[in-house]
Amino acid sequence: MTPINYTQLLQFALPEVIVVATALIVMAIDLLALRRAPVRLRFSVAATLGSLGCAGAILPILHAPAQANLLDGMLVADPLTHLVQVALLVLTVVTLLLSIESKFTQHIGEFVLLILVATAGMMFLVGSQDLLVIFISLELLSLSLYILAAFSKRSAQSWEAALKYFLFGGMSAAFLLFGFSLLYGLSNSTSLPHIAAAIQVHGASLNPLLVIAIVTTAIGLGFKIAAFPFHFWAPDVYQGAPAPAAAFTASSSKVASFFIFFQVMALGFAGAEGTASLPHMVRGWIPVLALMAALSMLLGNMVALRQSSLRRLLAYSAIAHAGYMLLGIVAHTQQSLAALLYYVITYALATLGAFAVIAVVEEQKGSDELSNFDGLGKQSPVLSFSLAISILSLAGIPPLAGFFGKFYLFVAVLASTPKPADLVWLVVLAIAMSAVSLYYYLKVLKHVYVMPAPEGTATIQTPLLTKVMLLAIAAGVILLGCAPQLLLKWILAAASASGL
Amino acid sequence: MNTLPVLSILTVLPVAGALVLFALSGQSKSAVRWTALIFSFLSLALTLILWSHFDSTSGAIQFQERHLWVAPLNAEYHVGIDGLGLLMLLLSSIVVPIGMAASWQIEDRVPLYYSLVLLLQACLFGTFTALNFFHWFIFWELSLIPAFFLIKLWGGSNRSKAATQFLVYTMVGSVAMLLSFLAIFLATHKFDFLDLAAMAQNNQLMPAVVDKLAWHRFTPQHLALIVFAGAFLGFAVKVPLVPFHTWLPAAYSEAPSGTTILLTGAMSKMGVYGFLRILLPIFGPQMQQVLTPLLWLAVATIVFSAYAAYAQKDLKRIFAYSSINHLGYCLLALFAVAKFTGADASLTTEKYAAMNGVLLQMFNHGLTAASMFWFVALLEKRSGGLRGLDDFGGLRKVAPVFTGLMGIVLFSSLGLPGLNGFVGEFLIFKGAFPLVPWATSISVLGLLLTALFLLGILQRVFSGPLNQKWVSFPDLSTGERLTVAPVIALMFVLGLYPQLVLGVINSTVVQMVQHIQF
Amino acid sequence: MLLLPKGSAAAARILALITAAAGFAIALSEFLHHRTGEMFTVTRVPWIPSLGIEYHLAADGISLSLALLTGVVAITGILFSWDIAERTKEFFAFYLLLIGAVYGVFLSYDLFLLFVFYEIVIIPKYFLIAIWGSTRREYGAMKLAIYSFVGSAMVLVGLIAAYVVAGSHTTALGELAGYPFSHHFQMLAFPLVFVGFAILAGLWPFHTWAPTGHVAAPTAASMLLAGVVMKLGAYGCLRVAMVLFPAGLGPWSHHVLGLGSWRDVFALLAVIGIVYGAMVALVQRDFKFVIGYSSVSHMGFILLGLMTLNQIGLSGAVLQMVSHGLLAGLLFAVVGRMVYARTHTRDFTALGVMNLNHAMPFAAATFVIAAAASMGMPGFSGFVAELMIVLGVWRAYPLLALFVGLGIVLGVVYVWRAMQKAFFSDARPETSPPHEPMPPISLPERLAAIILISASVLVGLYPQMLLNIVIPALNSPLFAGLRQGSWQ
Repeated sequence: MTPINYTQLLQFALPEVIVVATALIVMAIDLLALRRAPVRLRFSVAATLGSLGCAGAILPILHAPAQANLLDGMLVADPLTHLVQVALLVLTVVTLLLSIESKFTQHIGEFVLLILVATAGMMFLVGSQDLLVIFISLELLSLSLYILAAFSKRSAQSWEAALKYFLFGGMSAAFLLFGFSLLYGLSNSTSLPHIAAAIQVHGASLNPLLVIAIVTTAIGLGFKIAAFPFHFWAPDVYQGAPAPAAAFTASSSKVASFFIFFQVMALGFAGAEGTASLPHMVRGWIPVLALMAALSMLLGNMVALRQSSLRRLLAYSAIAHAGYMLLGIVAHTQQSLAALLYYVITYALATLGAFAVIAVVEEQKGSDELSNFDGLGKQSPVLSFSLAISILSLAGIPPLAGFFGKFYLFVAVLASTPKPADLVWLVVLAIAMSAVSLYYYLKVLKHVYVMPAPEGTATIQTPLLTKVMLLAIAAGVILLGCAPQLLLKWILAAASASGL
Repeated sequence: MNTLPVLSILTVLPVAGALVLFALSGQSKSAVRWTALIFSFLSLALTLILWSHFDSTSGAIQFQERHLWVAPLNAEYHVGIDGLGLLMLLLSSIVVPIGMAASWQIEDRVPLYYSLVLLLQACLFGTFTALNFFHWFIFWELSLIPAFFLIKLWGGSNRSKAATQFLVYTMVGSVAMLLSFLAIFLATHKFDFLDLAAMAQNNQLMPAVVDKLAWHRFTPQHLALIVFAGAFLGFAVKVPLVPFHTWLPAAYSEAPSGTTILLTGAMSKMGVYGFLRILLPIFGPQMQQVLTPLLWLAVATIVFSAYAAYAQKDLKRIFAYSSINHLGYCLLALFAVAKFTGADASLTTEKYAAMNGVLLQMFNHGLTAASMFWFVALLEKRSGGLRGLDDFGGLRKVAPVFTGLMGIVLFSSLGLPGLNGFVGEFLIFKGAFPLVPWATSISVLGLLLTALFLLGILQRVFSGPLNQKWVSFPDLSTGERLTVAPVIALMFVLGLYPQLVLGVINSTVVQMVQHIQF
Repeated sequence: MLLLPKGSAAAARILALITAAAGFAIALSEFLHHRTGEMFTVTRVPWIPSLGIEYHLAADGISLSLALLTGVVAITGILFSWDIAERTKEFFAFYLLLIGAVYGVFLSYDLFLLFVFYEIVIIPKYFLIAIWGSTRREYGAMKLAIYSFVGSAMVLVGLIAAYVVAGSHTTALGELAGYPFSHHFQMLAFPLVFVGFAILAGLWPFHTWAPTGHVAAPTAASMLLAGVVMKLGAYGCLRVAMVLFPAGLGPWSHHVLGLGSWRDVFALLAVIGIVYGAMVALVQRDFKFVIGYSSVSHMGFILLGLMTLNQIGLSGAVLQMVSHGLLAGLLFAVVGRMVYARTHTRDFTALGVMNLNHAMPFAAATFVIAAAASMGMPGFSGFVAELMIVLGVWRAYPLLALFVGLGIVLGVVYVWRAMQKAFFSDARPETSPPHEPMPPISLPERLAAIILISASVLVGLYPQMLLNIVIPALNSPLFAGLRQGSWQ
């Protein structure tokens, strides 16, 4: 290990530093200067500052050196991590701007602080190939999210969700730590490439300890992405948490988690892949993830069919989507990484849009039951339009971004193995399940467009900023669907430059 | 003349008439009626012009028009007429005005009624001039639509059932026929009747078809018969032959009389025409193979329908069965001709006689049956819809002219020498007896039964004590007399001077008989 | 498309009509310019270069014929929806979106693009039915959407597999069609993609969405659904499944229940569809269900025509697509627009006592003509098309031709039965209730009906017009694989 000094480190971690600094500034200003100001103003100031900070953090990323590797993978910078970090920051900005109109809390400074800290955690997370840093930043992220979930202090649901989230999260963190410690024991290193090298020494047959390490790591990371069977927290958090917090959990944290999941598996367990081709599975991490993916798709979609609350519906659909995205990890090629990133980013965008609409409707009607969306198409064309775009994108209807994401992902999965038939069962299952998913997505749209509004309801007022943001998101989803090349170009370039 | 597409004009004319009538739908009813009648007379005039320009010394197809139509199906627009076609055109042109006259009292939706009649006429013209299966079939099928609606909308109490029965029977037959011709087309890539007939004469047709279908479960012979059976069914239903006839009495009796005139006078000829133009030249060998059963069918048709007519009480039904009976003679002769084909020169005269008889009988029957139903229509009109055999009686006393003229028609139908009916039947029996003695002998029974029921009509309706209800039964008016007079005159002319028709058709008959050689 | 004019409903209608007419005019001018029927490119720009996907619109005789059909049906559909009062703007927006996507499918020469358009069709279809539909509309709409989506999922699997197997560098139809996929792969992929498309074409036993969907849909949507959207499925079967995987039609190594290939299987299913659809149509009490099942039956003809694999059967199938498009449109228009909208019932018993042939003679006349054409009355488009299909079948499957004959006869019977019961029933009300006078058939309706009838007669009398461009298309290099295989 080459020793480095702190200035170097700070310089290297400048974006993260900026984010954290912004968080502190926001908190300070909010607490000191704006204590007595109205909530709306406080939120505006805090969110604007936070957004500026994030935007400020993007600049150094764009100018950072193309390749860098500090302390043997503790901090890594390459085009890929840059890309993911930029995406995370953009998503955070969107989340912040969308939360300006919310009224669930008085503690605005703290709220924005937590979001920004979580963002910093995610940025560290994606920029590392070291078990220790990964674990620490993951915990930073998780702890922020636990608190965010509980932020609506007057809501019992929020509390319950947060508690559940915390308990499950704690347990999964334990699993993850256990797995990581086994890996350290096996390889005497915390660096992913070193671990991989150490594993390969053992040859063809898998060390039983390694098997345990694989399973526990998968549990720990699987929890973050809410894959079956570690998904129990998701419906409650999606439903109970305040809308911006839920949106944040469902979008940005997914992007980061999937990226790191991919990295840990593809880098750290290189050599212990196994295969998931039926009927000749070979032990390794691939069959484990393939199984998780298949079960997530099945369970997520099946349970989502029966939901009457839009948030819970989105939660289960998120589980299903986690299943699809796991396929990208299972394939673990450069192309599948690109596909996964494209998928998860567009997914996050669509989810943000959906939650923004939920936030507005909930605020005016009291809950997110589907029946509250009856007649939305008449009451608010903007809300209904952007909800429709988001939902259809999630359903994978062309020409929206979600469709291309799915298409490319499935192509990448099939193309990942020498014989395309190897993983075809997973792809078939995924496509079949996405056909099933259309049912509940359409159910949502049925409430929005087909059902008449109940008697005597006024039109829904949507704040201007939210409208603008919603339309921007919808435009983004459509644009990325119609011209996927815009984003894909970057992702592919970054993926091939990173050499993963 | 030959440069002008006369036959196409002839077919289009009634269609144009129908469109004009639609345009007239706001006008008074009598205006519509007269317009329709004028159009039918225009057709008649055109047909007569054709007649005068027809070269009766040649049995070949004349007035041909031939254009490629649907290339992949090798379907052409090919029309032309020989003596047979000409005769049928003339018959249609005569029958349609009679039918229109008999429908004068229809008050409901007059424009529609006459449009349909004109459309039906167009289909008849089309059928009798087409020489390519493709567009022949178009007219053949299309004729069902106006006929169906004429029965359905203006018919008697059971009209729905009758119309549907009519449609379904005919349609099943047509589909069977269609399938057969498709099989032939597959093997030969031809739809043209003349080409197909030429192939059949050189004995190339069926081998090719059988070879193409080559279906291992059937012998080639059986396969050929199946193909024949499909086409046969289509025509047999239309004529109709006996087991396929059950639609007819219902349809004829339920249809308004004007329509019945068209059905029996012209449409029923489509079937016989098909036998002559299509079945005999193209499927001759198959016909020969199953000649005995076919003859039995013809005999059964003759005897059974005559007997059925004898048992009926409703005038329309009686004449309906009588219609079947008369066409049965045609088929008898036709099958008889098919028994010995061209190569066998021994019975040529008989064959000519029989064939001439067939054509003449078709024309005569059209004429006679049309006038017969015309009279029934009058009876109905005067009695307020009654037409039972026993509803009348002694009309002779109050309506002597009516009785006399209808008597003439009845006797014509019965085949009294001197009237047109005689010549046809005589020629048929004269020709058929040497060819198929036993079948012809049994068929004589049909003649006897016919005489019985026709005389029965005369007796029960016109003679006997006058039914008191009909004391004020009006005799024929001047207009009615004028209407029927030309037809009756024609009956006499044909009875006394059959050469008028025979001269035109003879070359065709010679041509036909000579070409039936396998 | 129609989101901009905030104005009155009338503006929406007129704009929709103009758009549809423009679409038709473009198709027509292309038709007039490209009489050879060979493939010509409309637009071609790279779209997603990293995956080799292009935005490539092109048309040959087949797609051009269908584009023309779409144009006609679109225009008449708008005319028939002239008086939609509820949410007019949205209605026409969805309607035009649907039309646009349909054009897209017919004209795509890139598989990815084709699939994109194919899926876009589903959503407006759902809303058109669910919002403006009638009887059990939500059920019908959802069933339709799910069936379509399942079908397109199967197609997607097949397409992705083909794309990956062929080396993941192009989705161009022409290039993939030329790629030598292994026999084994084609055997698997063909049925998958074929069935995927055929679900939308109403292949028995996957047809059950069709009757419910048609019945639930508003008139214009039924017209499009039966007239055009079902054709998408058939078109996909021909254009994608059969062109990409011609070897999938070849014989299996052994016979199963007398069936020796996928071709046999689908031919059999198509025939079952023909006969079954006709038989079910025969016993319906709801007018619209009769037409719905008749669509199943007629689509069976198309699929059967495809399976004949000979030129005459295939061109017959294309002709039947056009013909059925026109006629189904017309039938649904009569039932939904002229009858149902005025009488508010589609039950035969109820319609029977209304003496509709007197009450609305125009509707009766239109239906008679449409019915005659639909049952294959010569002189209309249906006849030539079915004739050519039956010819093809005679050549390929002589035995099945007999069942097709049965199907035709049944077709006559059910159409005729429906006509009698609805328009010409002799039943009269026992007590004559005060009939509220029915509004007369309006001018746009008359106009639209006349357009459709004329189109059908035109195709029926001069099919050469379309065949001139369809047959060269079938002889183009694109279908080379198919011709080599078992072309007869």
